[in-house]
Amino acid sequence: MALPLILIIVLLVLYPALYSLHLATLNKGMERFVGFDNFTFLFSRETFWMVVKQSVVFAVTAVVFKALIGFCVAHFVHNVPVKGQRKWRGMLLVPWVIPPAMSTLAWLWLFDPSYSAFNWLLVKGGFEPIGWLGEVGWARFAVILVNVWVGAPFFMIMYLAALKSVPEQLYEAAAIDGANWWQKLWYITIPMMRNIIAITVLFSLIVTFANFDIVRVLTAGGPLDNTHVFATWAFKVGIEGSDLPLGASVSLFMFPILAIFAIFILRDITKRGAEN
Amino acid sequence: MAKSRSMKDDRRRAMIWSYFFLCIFVVFFLTPPFYMLLTSFKSNAEIASATSPWWVHAPTLDNYIELLTTETYLTFFRNSAMVSVLVVAITMAISIPAAFALSRMKFWGSGTLATGVFLTYLIPETLLFIPLFQIFVWVTEFTGIELINRWYVLVILYPTLTVPFATWIMIGYFASIPKELDEAALIDGAGYLQILTRIFIPVALPGIIAATIFAFTVSWAQFLYPLAFTTSADQLVLPVGIITTLIRGDVFTWGQIMTGALLGAAPPLIIYAFLMDYYIAGLTAGATKG
Repeated sequence: MALPLILIIVLLVLYPALYSLHLATLNKGMERFVGFDNFTFLFSRETFWMVVKQSVVFAVTAVVFKALIGFCVAHFVHNVPVKGQRKWRGMLLVPWVIPPAMSTLAWLWLFDPSYSAFNWLLVKGGFEPIGWLGEVGWARFAVILVNVWVGAPFFMIMYLAALKSVPEQLYEAAAIDGANWWQKLWYITIPMMRNIIAITVLFSLIVTFANFDIVRVLTAGGPLDNTHVFATWAFKVGIEGSDLPLGASVSLFMFPILAIFAIFILRDITKRGAEN
Repeated sequence: MAKSRSMKDDRRRAMIWSYFFLCIFVVFFLTPPFYMLLTSFKSNAEIASATSPWWVHAPTLDNYIELLTTETYLTFFRNSAMVSVLVVAITMAISIPAAFALSRMKFWGSGTLATGVFLTYLIPETLLFIPLFQIFVWVTEFTGIELINRWYVLVILYPTLTVPFATWIMIGYFASIPKELDEAALIDGAGYLQILTRIFIPVALPGIIAATIFAFTVSWAQFLYPLAFTTSADQLVLPVGIITTLIRGDVFTWGQIMTGALLGAAPPLIIYAFLMDYYIAGLTAGATKG
């Protein structure tokens, strides 16, 4: 009964993943074996190292802010009376529900060079307008901002579910012992939520690291390739530049980093399996 | 007495601050969709004028009328709907039996397979699209079946994204069904198929709904595969269609783009509005049950 599942995993996930290893050793026309030439070529390109740095900075910064905002907002929702929580939760999850390609279009319009609605507010407030997507620093800020906007609600939902599972008696006992809010947070909430925090952060790191939609729609890697991450650069080189082997080599660099995440997750699964 | 009063005050203060910050975050989270809605009611003339962008001065439905009478936009919608419905059907047909087998029948390698399902998460579509593209070019050359630049190629591709996680959600739900239930059915002479259709599917219905919603929203939102695999206007799905056809060169017709994006975001939003609890159950099931 699990055969179709196995077929999908083997034929459409494992086989292409292994095939990309072979593809990465071919030349542009795919008729000649070139060994590691694609990789040495990448190492000699400045853009490649910039993509490596930008992908890591993008993923780490975005995940840290998603986790922090999610954690805080989950607490705010948890603090209001239970009957109102549903309404707040419903509104706060909207960014996660809209397909990212569509919501990023709204951000693209908000950041428009000549009609930016944010700049209109800035100018009204007496500030200089900002070249949101035209200046390297702001463009990098913008892609991270949009990613945080899309992903933070997911963390909020996960942390809210985790908060609800912490027994109230623990806080009452701590209150009797005279613990302040900081001590309650540090000695009860965070230890109780440790597992869920670790899992959400790891998974979000994977998904954010491999992100495509947001960068593609918002900046398409510009200005001058400065906001490219692995996925968007691989697309540009492989599909748009019709150099599939080079594109495959670019996206393969995601693998070692993802494999490190995999080890963490596997260790967690086996540990939990041993507990059960 | 004094102590309990101060605790009550503390809680009150925490609540008021929470409301304050919640309002700020709701503004942050809802500004882009709100601005989409606002822009969708504006004419091109108003968008280009110097009036406040945060208000509609002369609301019009022209953008909606124009889009909903344009054949290309309706084609995108139809393609998206066909792809998503087919992918949901395939996903459920594969992952329900698979989850049943993995949660109940202990066969050789079943433990490894369950972990393997989980680990497909680590091979993102951004790593697979280039080798898959080349493999599909081959298949076309060998068999003569046109796969590149056809909407149905997406029906083959999307299950790689939906099936593993849908199976994972359902393993969690199936595992929570007490073993006594299927043992009793076995004693009564029921086969595996009957146990699945008479016990597992009805009992785990919330999980099945959650997995269905998940599969639908993922297929509706997918952007990379259609961008890489389809190019002709009549084969595109919504996200790619809006971005490649409504943006013509450097001419942005923002009123139409925002209307198109908003209508494109409507199906998942409507499902979310009506089935929020299932939607959230699907989101949290993966991690808490994992």
